[in-house]
Amino acid sequence: MALRQEIGEIRAMIARHKRWDMAFALLGLLALMVGVLTFAALFTQMAIEGAARLSWDFFTSFPSRRAAQAGILSAWIGSVMVMIVTAATAVPLGVGAGIYLEEYAPKNWVTDLIEINVTNLAGVPSIIYGLLALGLFVYQFGFGQSVLSAGLTLGLLILPVVIVATREAIRSIPGVIREGAMALGATRWQTTADHIVPYSLPGILTGVIIGMSRAIGETAPVITIGALTFIAFLPPSPVQAEPPFLNFEWLLSGFTVMPIQMFNWTSRPDAAFHANAAAAGLVLVVMTLSMNALAIYIRYRLRKNIKW
Amino acid sequence: MSNLTGTAILDPVTAHVVSDRLARRRSRHVKERVIEALLLLAALVSVFTTVAIVYVLVSESVEFFRHVPLTDFLFDTQWTPLFADAHFGIMVLLSGTLLSSFVALAVAVPLGTIIAIYLSEFAPFSVREIAKPFLELLGGIPTIVYGYFALLFVTPLLQKLMPELPGFNILSAGLVMGIMIIPYVASVSEDAMRAVPMALREGSYAMGATRFQTAIRVVTPAAFSGIAAAYILGISRAVGETMILAVAAGMQPNLTWNPLEPAATITSFIVQVALGDLPHGSLGYQTIFAAGLTLCLLTLFFNILGHLLRKRFRQVY
Repeated sequence: MALRQEIGEIRAMIARHKRWDMAFALLGLLALMVGVLTFAALFTQMAIEGAARLSWDFFTSFPSRRAAQAGILSAWIGSVMVMIVTAATAVPLGVGAGIYLEEYAPKNWVTDLIEINVTNLAGVPSIIYGLLALGLFVYQFGFGQSVLSAGLTLGLLILPVVIVATREAIRSIPGVIREGAMALGATRWQTTADHIVPYSLPGILTGVIIGMSRAIGETAPVITIGALTFIAFLPPSPVQAEPPFLNFEWLLSGFTVMPIQMFNWTSRPDAAFHANAAAAGLVLVVMTLSMNALAIYIRYRLRKNIKW
Repeated sequence: MSNLTGTAILDPVTAHVVSDRLARRRSRHVKERVIEALLLLAALVSVFTTVAIVYVLVSESVEFFRHVPLTDFLFDTQWTPLFADAHFGIMVLLSGTLLSSFVALAVAVPLGTIIAIYLSEFAPFSVREIAKPFLELLGGIPTIVYGYFALLFVTPLLQKLMPELPGFNILSAGLVMGIMIIPYVASVSEDAMRAVPMALREGSYAMGATRFQTAIRVVTPAAFSGIAAAYILGISRAVGETMILAVAAGMQPNLTWNPLEPAATITSFIVQVALGDLPHGSLGYQTIFAAGLTLCLLTLFFNILGHLLRKRFRQVY
């Protein structure tokens, strides 16, 4: 009798504990749902507000005092130009630094110093990069409030992302590949350039894309440099009909970028501009999300296909 | 081998030249050296960046403190740097920064931790495969978009619940900021939990513990140093976040601990000044560098705290 009662008690206890399991699993799903719902609300809100403004004209018009005629022409072209400079800065420096740290670096204090710096820089708030650029690029180097200053700043900002991605990609290549190449008489650089870099390219690309998607949405450092919020002109074209065909004046031109245009429209009291902000936000979100999705896809393919 | 430098290789038996291409070439050696130096230079850019950040912030701040005594900066309760009657009490901006970060963390820490525990210990494989990339996407949304969302969606929503809520307030900015930080907290904590060796869980299950008991009493304590690191990362994100606050929290300096009021933070003050046209070298221009230095010291403080926490709770398996 007493035994049966005890068994009953134990069963009840187990059932109670299992209920806790269920409850927590539900709580976990709920917490995830908060994220999902926020994202859904954010996207729908912008779609409802901004979809009507999304037309060809929106992409080919300058900003205007009249909300209905305003567009993002100068903003998206500015963004593209800044991104070119950013990529030209971050890719060679980041990949180079990653290669150095993985393939060349001896174990000494210089290497330690570099590693500590890369980790720390990843945690520096982005607006601090803006102040750095304001003091250094804009005034000290005299680049002014230009595409060049903005591109260099964002390049430095995403440098840690590219370095970390490069290092991880290189680290996943087994040592046999290096030994094989060196056994055939390849130098360190030949091994790196002909084997290590090509094999780690998908991983590096993932990092570069994620970094660029972060740079394209970054607002604070670009505002700090002093990007204009209202410009109705385009920087001079980088390509021209007469020789030498390439023109670098655009580097020193004033500019605005997508997130700043959106900030400008959002902070106006007139609700008509909020529709423009929503439309610009929609473009921005679709752009960053598709870049991120591409990166995630490449990584997924990579994990599936390569078996060393 | 050094005697072969610059000469062709001879067959040891016939003494004929085998191949010029096997000869050791000086140019090859030089090229290797140059490339290594270039790569080192690329790696050193991170060091230069840090040095440049410190140099710019400190040199402009030194100029600033030449005009404003440090005691005023620390203890004044007004922040009106651009007015004729200028006051420089950083306390005012600090209150906004800390208050908004507190609101954000009140959202991100519990939700992020729950999501991490769920994904690491409870979720079936398929849920995790979908949820992890999704969280990553959520973290990739530009902060200006979150700012728009806070100002034009969350604030009106909150105003329906609290009709007297002003259009700019710390609460809605903080809430949205918290949601923005969830992915960082969740993914770093989850990594820490997954690094806990399976044997610990198996031991716990063998003793008859349920999933929940194992997760809370075995895995979470074992991963605590990593989870603490995730929280610290969340704090630094919150303290350094700019655009959500600049858009949705208003930019009026306000010494308050009430999240229902508008307030400026260190970061939104810098944006506000940068939007205007301050001449290079003026006191107002130097103010943003002093504010930036404060922000850096604040993040540094939290990072050191995180380092100490990690050391204190680190488990070695």
